[in-house]
Amino acid sequence: MSLDEALLTEAGETPEPERTAPPPQREPAKTHQRLATVVVVVMSVLWALPVFGFFVTSLRSKAAAEGSGWWTVFVHPSLTFSNYINVLFHGGANIQGGGLFPYAMNSLAIAIPATIIPIIVASMAAYSLSWVRFKSADTVYFIIFGLQVVPLQMSLVPLLQLYSHGAHIGGFPIFPNLNLHGSIAEVWISHTMFSMPLAVFLLYNFIAQLPNELIEAARVDGANFLYIYRRVVMPLSLPAIASFAIFQFLWVWNDLLIGLTFSAKSASAQPLTVQLQQLSGTFGSHLELLTAGGFVTIIIPMIVFFSLQRYFVRGLLAGSVKG
Amino acid sequence: MNLLTTSLDKLLGVLEAVGGFVAILAFLFWLAGKVRGRFERPLANILLLGPAVILLLVGLVIPAIRTIFLSFRGQYVIGPDVKYVGFANYKWAFTDPHTLHTLERTAEWLVIVPLVSTVAGLVFALLVDRMKFQVIAKSLIFMPTAISFVGASLIWKYVYQYRAPGLPQIGLLSEVAMKLGWSHPPNWLLSSPLNTFLMMVILVWIETGFAMVILGAALRSIPDDVIEAARVDGAKGWRLFRSVQLPMISSTVTVVIITIMTATLKIFDIVYTITGGDFHTDTLSNEMYSQIFQDFNNGRGSALAVVLFMAVVPLVTVSILRLRKERYA
Repeated sequence: MSLDEALLTEAGETPEPERTAPPPQREPAKTHQRLATVVVVVMSVLWALPVFGFFVTSLRSKAAAEGSGWWTVFVHPSLTFSNYINVLFHGGANIQGGGLFPYAMNSLAIAIPATIIPIIVASMAAYSLSWVRFKSADTVYFIIFGLQVVPLQMSLVPLLQLYSHGAHIGGFPIFPNLNLHGSIAEVWISHTMFSMPLAVFLLYNFIAQLPNELIEAARVDGANFLYIYRRVVMPLSLPAIASFAIFQFLWVWNDLLIGLTFSAKSASAQPLTVQLQQLSGTFGSHLELLTAGGFVTIIIPMIVFFSLQRYFVRGLLAGSVKG
Repeated sequence: MNLLTTSLDKLLGVLEAVGGFVAILAFLFWLAGKVRGRFERPLANILLLGPAVILLLVGLVIPAIRTIFLSFRGQYVIGPDVKYVGFANYKWAFTDPHTLHTLERTAEWLVIVPLVSTVAGLVFALLVDRMKFQVIAKSLIFMPTAISFVGASLIWKYVYQYRAPGLPQIGLLSEVAMKLGWSHPPNWLLSSPLNTFLMMVILVWIETGFAMVILGAALRSIPDDVIEAARVDGAKGWRLFRSVQLPMISSTVTVVIITIMTATLKIFDIVYTITGGDFHTDTLSNEMYSQIFQDFNNGRGSALAVVLFMAVVPLVTVSILRLRKERYA
């Protein structure tokens, strides 16, 4: 079984293969089994408890959250939803103007183009390298593939300078000053550029293995290369595109470093994670807002995680070398 | 309804960006579609490959080369005092006591987090197999991989909250410690080196799910008859694991360890969110950020970026090659 298939099984997509029944358990095996159950239960509880406590606190009033631990809620249950309304629309604590909602919009406005545009650009490149072909196509692919080793930290300073000053050779501008100045565009363009090596690599793996007959047949029918890309290659690549899209969307949504670096000049372009990071300084005074705000950022990844687990697992594996 | 209009504005901006991009492409495709014969193929290639190549050059290749140059320059890389300083920044990175501690701490992260997460993930994958509620248990362990590092850091910072003994406690860790009879627990995140280990817990919490999924899949891909044969020969429990299962998944274990190592090396968000690198918790990636954006020393920051790059290269190379082999196996 290949790794991919194994992961499919993991996500519960294909039924578990038939297994021969385990040999009848003897006495010592039974105590082992009990010990195993205890370990599994303890670990699961340990893993879930911090998130659970965080969630419970987001539903308590300010006085309650600061006056007692969240576990006392079981003795004196009193829950409210107002923290979410406050943190989303009214703000308070360190959140500038009107709550977190505008920043959630920023996160979306960054994550959507930073997911769609890499898909288009990378699938075009992958198709060119695998099907249209030219003399040194394999070399070009190998270089792009190899660029995965460059950590994005290597690009931060020069890119920042490029965005704010443009590029010049001997006083002659070869790249204009885009005047983006810490805008949303600066953030998503950076994400798009950093995603390229992984996106091309993943989509190439898939597109190169599309059935030869389909593409040849279209060619014989007189379709040009670009038509084949739109009508044959794109539709057939959807499974690979879905895996990459989910990975990339979550990566961008969860990112802190790029958002922090490229929106430093204007707070109004900051994604949710950057705002939330700044909130962490208010632990003493606004615990109820902090936990509610934290949960707001977690909700979207959670929805993706529980509804699209199959693609999530594959994307996670494929993207595990990114960064 | 200011909120509504600004939100609509932003989403319209998205539509403009994506729509504009697609429209330009469609127009170029239409134009190039008219060309037939000798030039069709080269033109198609330029159009298809061009955008990716430009993005890679502008965003990755040229900046990375420039960073290497910057690492040999002084503090300010633009303006009249651009100065070539040779290896001074690297010398600083490997002799300055503060940076040395940072590197040492990064090495600790690099050893402890991958090992602990891999072992925890493997143990869980082995034990949970064929258990009754395994889907729920696995989801709970796997869930943190979807949460952002910032979110995870806040969740755990809450667990580690300190209050003077005598006051009602709000941090889970203090409460448990005091219930267990430790009457004066320390201020967790301010006491070094404890704070570094507490931050490692966060990354372990996240990466264990990854290890569990990958290793669980590898364990299940061992053919049943191999396991059966070993059982018939009397191998059970630990011996079955040690002499049959572990050797058969050893290459996957390597991939998992190396992948987590790469993620650990680049970790920035956790330290930045929890302590900002204060109280002796700095790591390489974090120190690089502080050099550039807090001390405005681009030369030193760039040198640290190059050090990070050098450390990542062997790890990523091994893991990509393994992954590739696995894919085509």
